[in-house]
Amino acid sequence: MSKSPVSFELNGSETSLFVEGGQNLLDALRRGVGDLTPKFGCNQGTCGACTVLIDGQPFLSCLVLAVNAEGRSIETAAGLSDGPSLHPLQQAFIDGFAAQCGYCTPGMLLAAKTLLDRNPNPAREEIAEAISGNLCRCTGYAPIIDAILSAAEIVRRSNRP
Amino acid sequence: MNTVEFRKNLFSDERPENLSEIGRPTVRQDILGHVTGRSAFYDDHQFDGLLHMRCVRSPHHHARIRSVDFSNAERMDGVRRIVGPNDVPKNLNTLLSLINFGKEDEPLLSGEKTAYRGEPVLAVIADTERQARVAASSVRVEWEPMPHVLDVEEALAPGAPTVNETYPDNTFEYHERYDHQKLRFGDVDKGFSEADRIVEGRYRMSPIEQAPIETCGAIAAPDTGDRFVCYTSTQALFFSLATTAKLLDTASSRLHFIGGTVGGGFGGKVDSIVEPMAVLGAMLSGRPVKFMWDREEEMQVGAPRGAELWIIKDGVAADGRILARRFTGYFDAGAYTRLSSYAVVKSTGHLPGPYTIPNVASNVYCVFTNRTPATAMRGFGITGVDYAIECQMDRVAEAVGMDPVELRILNAYRDGDMKAHRRVAKNTALIECCQVAAEKAGWRISPDSTRQSSLEGGGGRRAEIPETATDQIGRIGERRRSRIPVEPLVGSGPRGRIPAGTAGPAVEAAPPQRPDMAMDWEREKSAADFVREPVKRPKTATQPQSRLAAAPEPLPPAQEKAEAPYIPKAPFNRGVRKPGVSRFLSGTRRR
Amino acid sequence: MAKHKGRGFACINYPIGMNLGGDPSQALVHSTPDGKFMVSLSSIDLGQGMKSVTRQIAAETLGVPVSDVFVDTADSDTGPHCMGSFASRGTHRVGNAVIRAATEARAQLLEAAADELEVNAADLDVDGRGNIHVKGAPSRSITVADTAIAAQFRQGRTVSGRGIFLIPPSEANPETGEMTPVSCFAHGAIVVDLEVDEETGEIAVLELNSAYEVGRALNPKLVEQQLVGGAWMGISHALYETTEPYYPSREHGPVDFNSYLMPGPGDLAPHNIAIIERPAEDAPFGGKGPGEMCANPVIPAVANAVYDAVGVRCDELPITPEKILRGIRANGGARPRGARH
Repeated sequence: MSKSPVSFELNGSETSLFVEGGQNLLDALRRGVGDLTPKFGCNQGTCGACTVLIDGQPFLSCLVLAVNAEGRSIETAAGLSDGPSLHPLQQAFIDGFAAQCGYCTPGMLLAAKTLLDRNPNPAREEIAEAISGNLCRCTGYAPIIDAILSAAEIVRRSNRP
Repeated sequence: MNTVEFRKNLFSDERPENLSEIGRPTVRQDILGHVTGRSAFYDDHQFDGLLHMRCVRSPHHHARIRSVDFSNAERMDGVRRIVGPNDVPKNLNTLLSLINFGKEDEPLLSGEKTAYRGEPVLAVIADTERQARVAASSVRVEWEPMPHVLDVEEALAPGAPTVNETYPDNTFEYHERYDHQKLRFGDVDKGFSEADRIVEGRYRMSPIEQAPIETCGAIAAPDTGDRFVCYTSTQALFFSLATTAKLLDTASSRLHFIGGTVGGGFGGKVDSIVEPMAVLGAMLSGRPVKFMWDREEEMQVGAPRGAELWIIKDGVAADGRILARRFTGYFDAGAYTRLSSYAVVKSTGHLPGPYTIPNVASNVYCVFTNRTPATAMRGFGITGVDYAIECQMDRVAEAVGMDPVELRILNAYRDGDMKAHRRVAKNTALIECCQVAAEKAGWRISPDSTRQSSLEGGGGRRAEIPETATDQIGRIGERRRSRIPVEPLVGSGPRGRIPAGTAGPAVEAAPPQRPDMAMDWEREKSAADFVREPVKRPKTATQPQSRLAAAPEPLPPAQEKAEAPYIPKAPFNRGVRKPGVSRFLSGTRRR
Repeated sequence: MAKHKGRGFACINYPIGMNLGGDPSQALVHSTPDGKFMVSLSSIDLGQGMKSVTRQIAAETLGVPVSDVFVDTADSDTGPHCMGSFASRGTHRVGNAVIRAATEARAQLLEAAADELEVNAADLDVDGRGNIHVKGAPSRSITVADTAIAAQFRQGRTVSGRGIFLIPPSEANPETGEMTPVSCFAHGAIVVDLEVDEETGEIAVLELNSAYEVGRALNPKLVEQQLVGGAWMGISHALYETTEPYYPSREHGPVDFNSYLMPGPGDLAPHNIAIIERPAEDAPFGGKGPGEMCANPVIPAVANAVYDAVGVRCDELPITPEKILRGIRANGGARPRGARH
C-alpha cells in the first residue's frame, strides 16, 4: 500500500510521518506517532473520544484524513499540561471528581479548552453546548460541567493583572 | 446544580464516625492518569507488526450453514490467516461452567448453524483492520434459513422452532427438574380470595446496550517462555483467563492477562469472547493480534441487557396491605445462556421486592430466542423487575386510593421480617429512604407514615414462615408437548403443602483463614471511643413527630410491636456482642 | 396543546454481591523496604473506583496514611484471584479480602516494631500518620519506615499479608426457591418531577430528589459519582435506550450514537441527593456497593410520573414519545392528575 509523507505541528513540536491514503488522523496519531491520548470510541464521528484541536478548533480525528493534517497545528490532551504543571481544566477535573473510567476525559478536556480559549466566562448552557459532542457514560455530565465552571474561574483569576 | 447531603442522624447509634481514611473524599488513585491521558487502556499497548481480526457474521436470525467459501479472502492483500470453527480446540462452552452451572451450549465460532443475526462463523486475520474487513466481506457462505422465534411467549409454545439444541425446549433447565425457577411462600390463591382488590399488570423492558465508550476488545501476543500475553478490557480477569484456557484447551499458566484499567463496562465486558479470539489469533498467526468490536458490533452483536417480561397479580386489602403477590417472569436470553440463567435465580431471590407480603409465588423462565445473546448489565436481574414492581405499586395505590409513598411505607420490609426466600430481613432501611426522599421533594405524607421505622414493627408474626402451597407443574419438556399454564399454581398437575416454619440455615461468609487475618476490633479507635449513648432514633427533621389526633388508624400488622427484638443468627454474634466492640464491622470476625 | 407536569415515586433495595455466593476475591499486601504498602489485586477498575476504595480500606486497616498505600491491579501473574467487577461485589468482597490481608501485614509490622522497642506487640498501636507507639506512651515510638527497614534488614521478617473473602456457594430450592441470596442490601428511593408535551410526546425531566442508603460511604465523593451518574443512566434507560426499539422485532436496531440515544449535557435536571448510612454487619467498614442500584428506582419513578402527568401507563421500556402519543390517543386525550377520575 502506498504511503504519503505528512508533516504537522503536534503540541508545539514538528512531526512528520508516512500515512496511508485512507488512514484517519486518529490512527495516524495513535499508531504512527504514538500519541495515545485520543481514544477510539466509535470511528463513526459520534462519540467525541478522539477529539483533537486542529488550528485551535475541535475536530473528531476519526473523521479527518491524516493527509489533510499537512501543515496544521494539532493539539491533543498530551499537550495540555505544561511539563509537570497541569492545565487548570485538568486540576479542576481532579478536584471535582469529573472523571470515572477516564476514557472520554482527554476529548472532553479538549472540547472544554476550546470553549475557555474563546470564552473565559461561559454559562452552564454554553458549556453544555461545547461538550455536547463528547459522550460520557459514567458521570451524568453534571460534575464535568461543574469542573469546567471552576476551571474557568481559575483561568479568569490568573489572567487578571 | 446537584446537591448532596448526608443524613448522619439516621442510624447514628450503629455507626461510629471516627475512622481516619474511611469516609474521606480522597481523590482517586487513577485520576492523574485520566486527566493527562496517560491511563493505559488495553488498546494503548502497542505492538510492532500487530495484526487485526474481524469476523464473518450471519445475516439471518436462524440458518444452517451449507458451505463456506473463503478462497477469495485467502488470496487478498495482507490476509494472514482464516480462522474457522475447527481451529478452536474445544469449541463449546457456557460461561458459568466456571461455577458449575448449566450445560455447554455456545461455540466460539459456529460451524453448522447460526441462531442469531450477527453470530460469528469465521474470522479473518490481516495486516490492517481494513484488509481484514474487506476480506471478511468477501467470504461466501451458503445459508439455509430456518424458522425462527423472537418472542419469549411464542418460544414456549409447542411446535416453536428449537433455538439452541442443548436446550431443545427453549428454556434453561433448573435443578434437572423444571423449565423455570419456582418461588413459593404461603398460599397466593388463599391471599387472593381474602383480598378486597385484585390488581394486575404486565411490564416489558426492551434490550439495553451497556455502551461503554471504550468498546470490548483484547490484544494478544506471543510472549517469552511459550506463553501469551493478553491485554484486555474484561471486567473479570480470571473469568476471562479461565474461559480462554478452556476454549483453547491450554494450561492457564501459559496465559498472562493484564487489564484493570477499563473504559467503562456496565456489565458488557464479562462475556469473555474477545480474549479467546485474540489469543487464538496470536497462537495461529504467531504474531500480536487485536480483536476489537467496532461500535456497530458493540451495539448489535455484543450482548445487551436482555429483554424481560413480568406479569404481576396482587391481592390487596382495602387498607392497602398487599396480601398476595404472584409473578410470571421471562428473561429473554437470546440464542445462548451466557448469564441469563443466573439472572433468573437472582431475580427470584429479590421477589416480591422490598416488601413484606405473606403470600408470594413466582415462576421465572430463562427463554431462548433467535436474538443476540443477553448478558449482564448494571442492576442485572433486578432492574427490569424493579421497574415492574414499582409501576405495579403505583397501580395498587391507585386501586385502593392511597398515597403511593404511604403505600410503600405500609408494606415495606423491616428488621426481623421473614422474606419470601425464607431468610430474616436485617439491616433494612427502605422506610427511611422513602421518608427522606419524600421530604426532600416536599411530597407530604401522613404523620403516621413519618413516624414509621425500619427498626420497629418488624418480626413477630411477620417473622413466621407460613404453610406453603406447592405444585410440580412445568417439568422439563412438559410444556413442549402440550400447552400448560405458565403462572405459578395454575392448571392441573401434582400439588403439595409444605409445613409452616420450614427453612434451612442461612449461609454465612467463610471465617478468616488464620487468626491473624481477623481484624482485632478492640484496637479500633472507633470501637473504643464510641459511646453507645441513648441515641434517640432521629426522625426526618421537618416532619411531625408526635402521633397527631388526625392521624389515620394504625395499620396492622406493620404497627404490631415485635414480640422479641431481632437477634442475628449465630455467626453474627461472634465478636459483635462484646462490650466496647463495634458491631458495625464484621466480615472478619473475632474467634 | 399543553405541557403537563407530573410527579412519580419509586423505592428499591439491591442485593450486594453475587447471588448465592461462591464468588471469592483475594488480596495481597506487602511492605516496600521503607514501609510503604503495595496492595496486589486482580480486580478491575472500570471507573467505579476499585483502586481508590481498596486503597483507603488498606490504609485504614494498616493504620497508615493513604498516600503510603498504592493499589496495583490487574495482572494475572501478580494479582491473586478475584471473581470480577460485577454484581456490586467489588467493595464488599474485595474490600473484605483487603481488610484480612492488611490485618495480617499489620500484625507482622507490630511484631517487628515490638522487637525494636522491646515491648509486647499487643501493647502497640499505630497513629495513622506513619508512627507506631506504645499505647498510653506516645513518646515511645518508632516510625513505620524504620520498622519495615528493621524487619527486612535486621530481623529477617516479612511485612506482608494475604486475604480472601468468600461467601460459600449455595443453591436455591427447586420447589420453594428458598435460598440465601446475599448477605446485605442497599436501599434507595426517588421522586421524579417531569413535564410531558402532549403534542409531541416528549418528556423533560425537571428535578430529582432522592435518598440512597449505602451502608457507609467509604469515600463520599466516589459514592456521589455513582449516584449522580447512575441516576442519569436511569433516566436514559427510562426514556431513550434500547438496541431493539420495536422489540421483539429486531428491525431498526441502532448501530451508532446517532440512533442509540442518551440524554446529553443539555438535558440534565437538578438532582438533590440524601445519603443514608446503615452499616452492614459483614461489609468492609459497613460499606455496601452503591454502583448498580442507583439507576433502578429512577426508571419506574419516571414511568409513574408520566402517568401522573398525562394518564398514560408506561408498561414498556423505553418510554418513547411514540408510545406516549399512542397512549394519549388511546385514552382520548391527555388525562392530567385530577382529570383522571
